Amino acid sequence: MADSNNINTNAPMPEGYSGEGFFATKLDSVVGLARANSLWPLPFATSCCGIEFMATMASHYDVARFGSERMSFSPRQADMLLVMGTIAKKMAPILRQVYEQMAEPKWVISVGACACSGGIFDTYSVLQGIDKVIPVDVYVPGCPPRPEQILDGILRLQDLVKTESVRRRSSPEYQELLASYNIS
Amino acid sequence: MSDLLLPPEQRFADVIKRHENEDGSELSILNLGPTHPATHGIFQNILLMDGERILDGEGTVGYIHRAFEKIAENRPFYQITPLTDRMNYCSSPINNFGWWMTVEKALNIEIPKRVQYMRVIVMELARIADHIICNSVLGVDTGALTGFLYVFQYREKIYEIYEEICGARLTTNMGRIGGFERDWSPLVFEKIEALLKEFPPIWQEFENLLMRNRIFMDRTIDVGPISAEKAISYGFTGPNLRAAGIDYDVRVMTPYSSYEDFEFDIPVGKSGDTYDRFCVRNAEVWESLKIIRQAIDKMPEGPYHADVPDYYLPPKEDVYHNMEALIYHFKIVMGEVPVPVTEVYHAVEGGNGELGFYLTTDGSRTPYRLHFRRPCFIYYQAFNDMVQGQMLSDAIATLSSLNVIAGELDA
Amino acid sequence: MALEQNAIIQSLSDRFGGTVSDFINIHDILTFEADSESILEVMGFLKDDATMRFNFLTDVCGMHFPDADKSRQFSVVYHMHNWIDNVRIRIKCYLNGDNPEIDSVTPLFLGANWQERETYDFYGIIFKGHPQLKRILNMDEMVSFPMRKEFPMEDGGRTDKDDRFFGRTTDNYTKS
Repeated sequence: MADSNNINTNAPMPEGYSGEGFFATKLDSVVGLARANSLWPLPFATSCCGIEFMATMASHYDVARFGSERMSFSPRQADMLLVMGTIAKKMAPILRQVYEQMAEPKWVISVGACACSGGIFDTYSVLQGIDKVIPVDVYVPGCPPRPEQILDGILRLQDLVKTESVRRRSSPEYQELLASYNIS
Repeated sequence: MSDLLLPPEQRFADVIKRHENEDGSELSILNLGPTHPATHGIFQNILLMDGERILDGEGTVGYIHRAFEKIAENRPFYQITPLTDRMNYCSSPINNFGWWMTVEKALNIEIPKRVQYMRVIVMELARIADHIICNSVLGVDTGALTGFLYVFQYREKIYEIYEEICGARLTTNMGRIGGFERDWSPLVFEKIEALLKEFPPIWQEFENLLMRNRIFMDRTIDVGPISAEKAISYGFTGPNLRAAGIDYDVRVMTPYSSYEDFEFDIPVGKSGDTYDRFCVRNAEVWESLKIIRQAIDKMPEGPYHADVPDYYLPPKEDVYHNMEALIYHFKIVMGEVPVPVTEVYHAVEGGNGELGFYLTTDGSRTPYRLHFRRPCFIYYQAFNDMVQGQMLSDAIATLSSLNVIAGELDA
Repeated sequence: MALEQNAIIQSLSDRFGGTVSDFINIHDILTFEADSESILEVMGFLKDDATMRFNFLTDVCGMHFPDADKSRQFSVVYHMHNWIDNVRIRIKCYLNGDNPEIDSVTPLFLGANWQERETYDFYGIIFKGHPQLKRILNMDEMVSFPMRKEFPMEDGGRTDKDDRFFGRTTDNYTKS
């Protein structure tokens, strides 16, 4: 795992061989490095956590420091779906549609107790966790999580992205995962 | 069967066909939401458009219906505050205290003056936080991100005050039946003083940025207006009603928590358009600051909670060392407290208007029925009426200035 | 000149006789029962009369009493507010459990529209004459009415919790 305790504006160099005038490394690492530091978020904010996300992206916490400057409200041009807030059963098909519209590679962060598990709303109308309808990469607990926690979630996701193989998305395991959610 | 019961798409498709046959005009249907970025929350509007002009529309809500009222019927009184937090999450403490005051009214509990003043301070801070969001986001929707980034820092300062009081930022769950969970530390007062000193120039600058800004005025004046009669008929309350020229404010009409002790004005608008709503909210922030100043200056000494051992949890140290405290603790937690059979309606002036709690008890530990009068839900139904004949981009500004909070809308 | 509660009671009983009853003052709000047939007239009188002037409909909500008499199993509670004299009033209408029906007050107050739809959505109370009586918060496909007491709060089909280990059932109404 990368040392994410040091927040560094210069992305650390991936592992590799370097000599005079050359640097050799895996394609995976280079692609991962590029992807991890320019994750475009799609804020799917439904309730309270959305307000904390507003604080995260505003001047005080400034999510732009981590390469997520551009909020992408179009699912076609987003890498990272941030689901913030309660997803009611009425909303679930829409969430799924948004996920399906995103282009690969795509990642999902589930922000807040409601998105992770339904939270305190154990009722007939609330989906008990978004992982019932779409696969999730990182869960951020809290009701609502503090902006620091949301940032930490994004950093954790960056760790995942950095180490992801470029071939993962065409692997049988990944296809199987999507198939288990009935997403083709 | 009434035409209106059909799904809007179908209803509008008929209209489009009729128009095509009659005069050859081409209308279209536009689906706005539920995840449209400009709607700040999730509600869908299916609009019938003539070019960029809105002819008709139908709103669909309920995309985050969380069944608050059903949960409330299954929870003891002190477990209902977390629900109220999540209604209007831009100004949670107002909801919290509104709920506590409802319970206190039902249980006939007398609240010490100091607690009432403390509550007033927090509620006014919450109102400022609420209006900061609404007004700065209205700026964003009309194309000025600067103001948002600028004033949002001061929302953080208000959060810091909340944190110092109760430990939470957004969903505060603040207070208990009868008062606060602990006394305020000197740091709270220091932070409030700092805010009172630093915030006014910033708010003034924000005002200067937008209030007489030509672009902003063009985008908001005469946009989404509503007449006073119509606003009353639609059940408008709060800043949106006052923008239409009616000086109805629960704080003045039926003072609660010692609001009668403070001097403040009720800002009113004239035409009920987006610009007036903006100005009313702006002016209310100044009034809130005035109230906080007065409350700090007049803050009486005294206990930070009412002496009601039946309902107020004893301090934890006592529970471990004192038999009586243990018994009370046990009784409160297990719900063995005496609750009269009664019904209460209590209203507070929330960020968006009259936030009412209608509580019916049957003597058990849970409410028999708890209904929230949610101002957003009631006034949002006027939205279609307000935007008919307007441009699409005006509809966005109107929606933004109404400050519809999805959590409060859908309960 | 403030509007006294006694004056309200007097003029209501004079005008409507037996259809209004059980006047009681609970926590400073005058509460009374009105016959469900007459709600539109009573409310119209309260709104338009020159001395009553209850110009604002604060709130509409439903209630369910499954253990009561068949004829009184549902109720609709209206809160009105006179802004001129600052008086609030609460009107209750009890409805039949099998066939809860009441006149819609949308002709008097535009704001009643969604509140009545919400009440219909939660309790299945039919508002006669409502322009658009369909579900508002829940999904259109839903068949039951969730705020009725027999309806369980928690989703019966959920798999993440095994109620046996929590010592409870999903049905919160039937208390053991």
